[in-house]
Amino acid sequence: MRVLWLSAITCNGNTHSFLNYPHMEQFLDDFEFIYHPVIDSSYMLEDIVSKVIPCDILLIEGAISKEFQRADVSVVEIIEKYSKIVQKIVTVGTCATFGGIFRESGYENTSGLHFDQDKPTANFEDLIDKTISISGCPVHPEVLVNTLYAIKKSTALQLDNFLRPKEFFAYTVHNGCTRNEYFEYKIDNHQFGELEGCMFYDHGCQAPFTHGSCNKILWNEVNSKTRAGLSCLGCTEPTFPKQNLFATKKNMAIPENLPIGVGKRTYLTLAGITKAFKIDRLEKKLFDD
Amino acid sequence: MLDKKQLKKEQIMQSALELFAAKGFYSTTIPDIALSLKMSVGNMYNYFTSKDVLAKEIIKHISQYLGKKLKEINEEDISTKDKTRKIVEVYFKTASLKPEMIDYFLRIYLSNREVFKDGCEGMLCVNEFVTEIMIYFEEGVKCGDLREQDFFSAFGLFMGYLGGMVFLKGENILPKMLNEYIDDISFNIYKALSKE
Repeated sequence: MRVLWLSAITCNGNTHSFLNYPHMEQFLDDFEFIYHPVIDSSYMLEDIVSKVIPCDILLIEGAISKEFQRADVSVVEIIEKYSKIVQKIVTVGTCATFGGIFRESGYENTSGLHFDQDKPTANFEDLIDKTISISGCPVHPEVLVNTLYAIKKSTALQLDNFLRPKEFFAYTVHNGCTRNEYFEYKIDNHQFGELEGCMFYDHGCQAPFTHGSCNKILWNEVNSKTRAGLSCLGCTEPTFPKQNLFATKKNMAIPENLPIGVGKRTYLTLAGITKAFKIDRLEKKLFDD
Repeated sequence: MLDKKQLKKEQIMQSALELFAAKGFYSTTIPDIALSLKMSVGNMYNYFTSKDVLAKEIIKHISQYLGKKLKEINEEDISTKDKTRKIVEVYFKTASLKPEMIDYFLRIYLSNREVFKDGCEGMLCVNEFVTEIMIYFEEGVKCGDLREQDFFSAFGLFMGYLGGMVFLKGENILPKMLNEYIDDISFNIYKALSKE
């Protein structure tokens, strides 16, 4: 399959993340980049913008504004041209999907392809049926590649309201977190990087209300933020980036954002019960120093 | 059938509350409570297997009673200032109409922790009540009326104040009726907790 990787307003973080895909040789045997910003590809960017090169999948990285140009052509024009000939369009990362950090760039009306944060945009409405969103800052390489293989094999992917494959985004990042026991019994983490404790209560962890597979499909096949001792920053969500990412916003001790679908009263009732537990095993370090 | 048993349990708890208030917790026995209800002692044990079990059920019952009243206030579409006043009103009204309830909370639950140590750890048996107070605080901060602070510094200010007043009333030290203090106390609490 022939793929075009188009960079719009981006830090190229998704490009770098993609390079960590562990089976790149196999991938490059199965897919051909007609253009990619850092991988050897068949055409120059000038060719891509001046001609119409046959292509099956359009990957867009970065936030989109009509003002932003690649090789002196507006990215909007490039997208419009290639969207007509490709089977599928994939927004790679949170900027291309929701606007993300580069929504704050100086370019006029910067947003994701179909969404400005959580609000649908009127632009590119006719492309919605072709688009799959893979949000994340950066994109998870395996989630991106597995989606591309699903397209190649014509596997129908069920999508959520933001066009994200449910296979990867129906879960929360909390799902599979090795700290779940600490979450259950409300045992705080005291320091980033420690193995023990849950970071939801004090350290800003957004995993219980962030959709993604980070703790199900590990990064570099090894680890995830929360497993390593850093809070989930909610990077797959339309609200990313929020402010004060390392502190839990609380109102009189109650977290402002609760796990998805959990009512405040239910949460507090459960919290009152779990706070009564005193579990030595979970209060101690897992390994002796 | 279950409702009938529940109704009977509530009758027993009410009689026990009244006896505890009149005679004291330790001086009141299960046979005393049975006698006041014209029940056999044996039958009493079908409802509560011991006085300690009864004691824990009563505190849960009081917490549910007050929690339900507070929930109604929390669900009203009114300002935090008005909610503050309504909570003070409900607390003082309960203390006036059902003095044995608040009395139990202050003089038995808080003063005899050994009775409650198994099964009522932490806030377990007063969960409904505390949950509603937490929601009142949380919503007050969220809408910008109340100042963000540690939960317990706010909780202590609010409940310590109300408990103290009811305690003074119980000691017959207060010169006026409790409801005559509602205006001043609501004002003081709101002023202490508010953002301004």
